[in-house]
Amino acid sequence: MTRGRWFAPSLVVALAAALTFLTLPVVAIFVRTSPANLLGALDDPGVLDALWLSLRTTLIAVAIIVVVGTPAAYLLATRTFRGHALVVTLVELPLVLPPAVAGVGLLAALGPGGIAGGAIEDAGLRLVFETAGVVVALTFVAAPFFIRGAQAAFGAVDRSWLEASRTLGAGEARTFLRVAIPAAAPGMLAGLALAWGRAVGEFGATLIFAGSFRGRTQTAPLAIYERLGTDFDAALALSAVLVAIAGALLLSAKLLGVRGVARAAR
Amino acid sequence: MRWGLRSPAAFAAVLLTAILAVAVAGCGSDSSGSDRGEVVVAAATSLKSAFTTYGEQFPDAEAQFSFAGSDELAAQIRSGAKPDIFASANTTLPDALFKEGLVERPQVFARNRLVLAVPAKRARPRSLADLAKPGVAVVIGSPSVPVGAYTRKVLERLDDAARRGILANVRSNEPDVGGISAKLTQGAADAGFLYSTDVVATKGRLQAIELPADLQPQVAYGVAIVKGAEHRSDAQAFLAGLLVGPGADALKRAGFRAPPAQ
Repeated sequence: MTRGRWFAPSLVVALAAALTFLTLPVVAIFVRTSPANLLGALDDPGVLDALWLSLRTTLIAVAIIVVVGTPAAYLLATRTFRGHALVVTLVELPLVLPPAVAGVGLLAALGPGGIAGGAIEDAGLRLVFETAGVVVALTFVAAPFFIRGAQAAFGAVDRSWLEASRTLGAGEARTFLRVAIPAAAPGMLAGLALAWGRAVGEFGATLIFAGSFRGRTQTAPLAIYERLGTDFDAALALSAVLVAIAGALLLSAKLLGVRGVARAAR
Repeated sequence: MRWGLRSPAAFAAVLLTAILAVAVAGCGSDSSGSDRGEVVVAAATSLKSAFTTYGEQFPDAEAQFSFAGSDELAAQIRSGAKPDIFASANTTLPDALFKEGLVERPQVFARNRLVLAVPAKRARPRSLADLAKPGVAVVIGSPSVPVGAYTRKVLERLDDAARRGILANVRSNEPDVGGISAKLTQGAADAGFLYSTDVVATKGRLQAIELPADLQPQVAYGVAIVKGAEHRSDAQAFLAGLLVGPGADALKRAGFRAPPAQ
């Protein structure tokens, strides 16, 4: 028997096993009940409130992430300084933190009894049990996805373009806005799509830090959890909507990533 | 910095993390009980401290617990999960599962009381009437979990103005008593409805305010062996100990009351 004949088939078997395992739950969401039931379950004011709240809070969180994260990522991509690797690691830490840890940490930091709780209260801000608290939780868990993507995108921009722009008399800020950002845009958008997807799916940190109240803090994943015991069809319907959103975001991240690579190659 | 295992240092770091995780996990497990059988118990979150105590003393098998809101556990059983025992903070869920043929005949094994729970260090609120005042943050269970259903029963017995005032102050519908308790002990909320045993379990951080007798709902805990349970005989022994023996003692110490004589 020829040596290595088993190798290629075993790769195929492994891929088939992985593909089945990873897609089965997603398929089950759509086929467990009839499409009519899925659509019917969506016609529930609580479900619509949750989707609307998810849309609003994730948009605000993503906006904050882009406004603060873009210059931060640019700095990380274009400068080296002592402790650079440490700063990058700290910024990326929420990527690997369990969401429950994020929730407990936010409560311990920004909750009424938290270490910065007094300052928050003095500023007249309320976060726990408020929509603003949901935005804080989403921003915390999703920001690293964008910052990583944006940092990589800025890092891939040809340095000579930035230098040329400066030699031609454009200042640092103008170079950042008119050269670096347009050149890094596809990679930044890909990071944004991943950050958005993570924000839409956030569950644990939101529940622990902001609570669950319809129309105010109950985002779509929290509404799924509340319906699990009593209205499984509604839980499936909401899940189906989130699958569609997540799929669309991942697809746009992929397409933008491909475009970014193609553009960099030109 | 790239995430990868190309450098020996990175590989060593990952290996070290894995060894550390295994070591920490190993320290927590009871190595002497490895030759015993196990019994898997799905129980309401409010039973956590009493059942954990009982589980440590249970002689026949290693008790593995899954604590969550009773409604979540019932949903898991309905979708095919097979714990050996289902212990619920009400009787309606075990009765419903019995009718659906998923569990054996349920028994009532404990009673509890719903109380108004407040952080012990605060002067206010001190009564149901205080809950309707502006600015008071109230947390309750979501309607699907027993503690939330009992709470709504209490609120329905109040007059319209009081009920609406309290509901207007509800800031979160938590999925189980653990969520309510955490929001109160962290000072995020001013008051909530919990079982008296949940307040005992916080060891003084929360204080219970009794509800007037005419508002108090009947809080009875039902338990049943799940049909097709893998460890049926150990499950029966666990259930028997809940009614008379170490389980009943642990429940009593946690503040539960004995079931009505049957």
